[in-house]
Amino acid sequence: MSNGAALTLGPLRLVARWSLRTADHAGRFSFLIADMFRGLAEWRIWVPRTLDQATAVGYGSLFIVLLVAGFAGAVTSLQTGYQFTGALPLYYAGAVISESMILELGPVLTALILAGRIGARYAAELGTMRVTEQIDALESLGRSPVSHLLIPRVVAGLLVIPALTMFANATGIVVGYLTAKGSLGLTYGDFEYGARYFFRPLDLWYSAIKSGCFAAALTTIPCYLGFNTQQGAEGVGRATTQAVVSASVAILMLDAVITKLLLVAK
Amino acid sequence: MIELLDVHKRFLQNVVLEGVSLEVKDGETVALLGPSGVGKSVTLKMINGLLRPDLGDVIVDGLHVPLLGRKELAQLRSKIGYVFQYGALFDSMSVAENIRLGITDETCYNDEKFCENRVLECLRLVNLPPEVATKLPAELSGGMKKRVGIARAIAGQPKYLLYDEPTSGLDPVNADVIDGLVERLRDELGVTSVVVSHDVRGSFRVADRVALLWQAKIRAVGPPDQILASKDPAVLQFLERDLEMTLIQAEGVARGRNV
Repeated sequence: MSNGAALTLGPLRLVARWSLRTADHAGRFSFLIADMFRGLAEWRIWVPRTLDQATAVGYGSLFIVLLVAGFAGAVTSLQTGYQFTGALPLYYAGAVISESMILELGPVLTALILAGRIGARYAAELGTMRVTEQIDALESLGRSPVSHLLIPRVVAGLLVIPALTMFANATGIVVGYLTAKGSLGLTYGDFEYGARYFFRPLDLWYSAIKSGCFAAALTTIPCYLGFNTQQGAEGVGRATTQAVVSASVAILMLDAVITKLLLVAK
Repeated sequence: MIELLDVHKRFLQNVVLEGVSLEVKDGETVALLGPSGVGKSVTLKMINGLLRPDLGDVIVDGLHVPLLGRKELAQLRSKIGYVFQYGALFDSMSVAENIRLGITDETCYNDEKFCENRVLECLRLVNLPPEVATKLPAELSGGMKKRVGIARAIAGQPKYLLYDEPTSGLDPVNADVIDGLVERLRDELGVTSVVVSHDVRGSFRVADRVALLWQAKIRAVGPPDQILASKDPAVLQFLERDLEMTLIQAEGVARGRNV
């Protein structure tokens, strides 16, 4: 049905159609996740492939993640100086920069960058494999595409993304300190005092948990969309776009939910 | 034996198969002919359980394919070699690794020496030199990709071979080579085969029986001679349009067939 025809449908039918489509996606996504848990038993298949994926994804993403984290740290530092100078003691800048990076900017920016990089890669790879019948070929050989293709990608993401986030946190804090030193004249002693004053070891756990949840979203959603691609090259393009958009939206939604939960837990 | 019993399949409003029944006896080669988009590949995918019929049954080796669980289906698939239309080779793997994936017995699959020998044997069966083993699929021509696809399908020594358009996209010379290969594998390995094609000439060459799929139904089944002699308007229309009748009859006569 054309878009024009769809627009002439009654709102009730549109809502019903949207609900059915959402329920269909939710059902198939759940089955895929269940398949992945079942496939974990075939560790001889997915472990070696996970290491390959982790190397490709982790090493390949390191530069862009550190670059973005560095800029985020610098901008946070400059804005902190702009807003707080004269109003609060200078050592507060250390607290703001380190806490912002660890609790929010590090995990979220890393996840958003990787949603574009890894999400697009996974969806395009799996989508192309689907439309060129490589996934069917794997199934026809009596081998599980879930164990061969999906689990290695998801597990690699779950291992690598929290690690990248920690590197991003460290880079953002260091660049933030150097920027504050240059623009505000903040000493290392003041910065360290501020950072330590508000820091709790649990913050790092929060950062890791958050990035782990983001990793789950930004690997499973593109894998699901790529795995279910239809209609040739156009379908691959659509799946890739949807993967990046859906993963990014999921990250922002999870960010809100997890932040609320974490703050309550604190 | 492969049996399709009153199989129905539709995708949304598009009825693809409507009451299709077909029997392929052990050791027999059946060509499934029909125009593009008529449901030939869908039929093939139902035989090895990649798709399920909406109605009806598919029985392979005495097993009801739509009712099989994950493990049983994987076991059945290890007896079925599937040659995909465009090869469906894994881009990131070498030819040898692609063929090795076709070895479905796990003990054999984990035996490096066995795999190495089996890969070379399969390459020999499809008339490819051993040097091809180390190449990537992107380095191969279309005809070579098809042959590697066939090598992968036979690597597990299957009882059944399903060919999805084995000659599509190939020039006549390469198409002839592939047809010859299908014929030779039938004779050497004695497998039960289903060849899906719209290439009438090649199908008549390799098949013991031919089935014409027309407007979601099997319109005619029989040996090539019988199909050629059919007066059914649909069969005639298909043959006249796509077949180059004269050439086939001439070839049939040349090969001693009573056409």
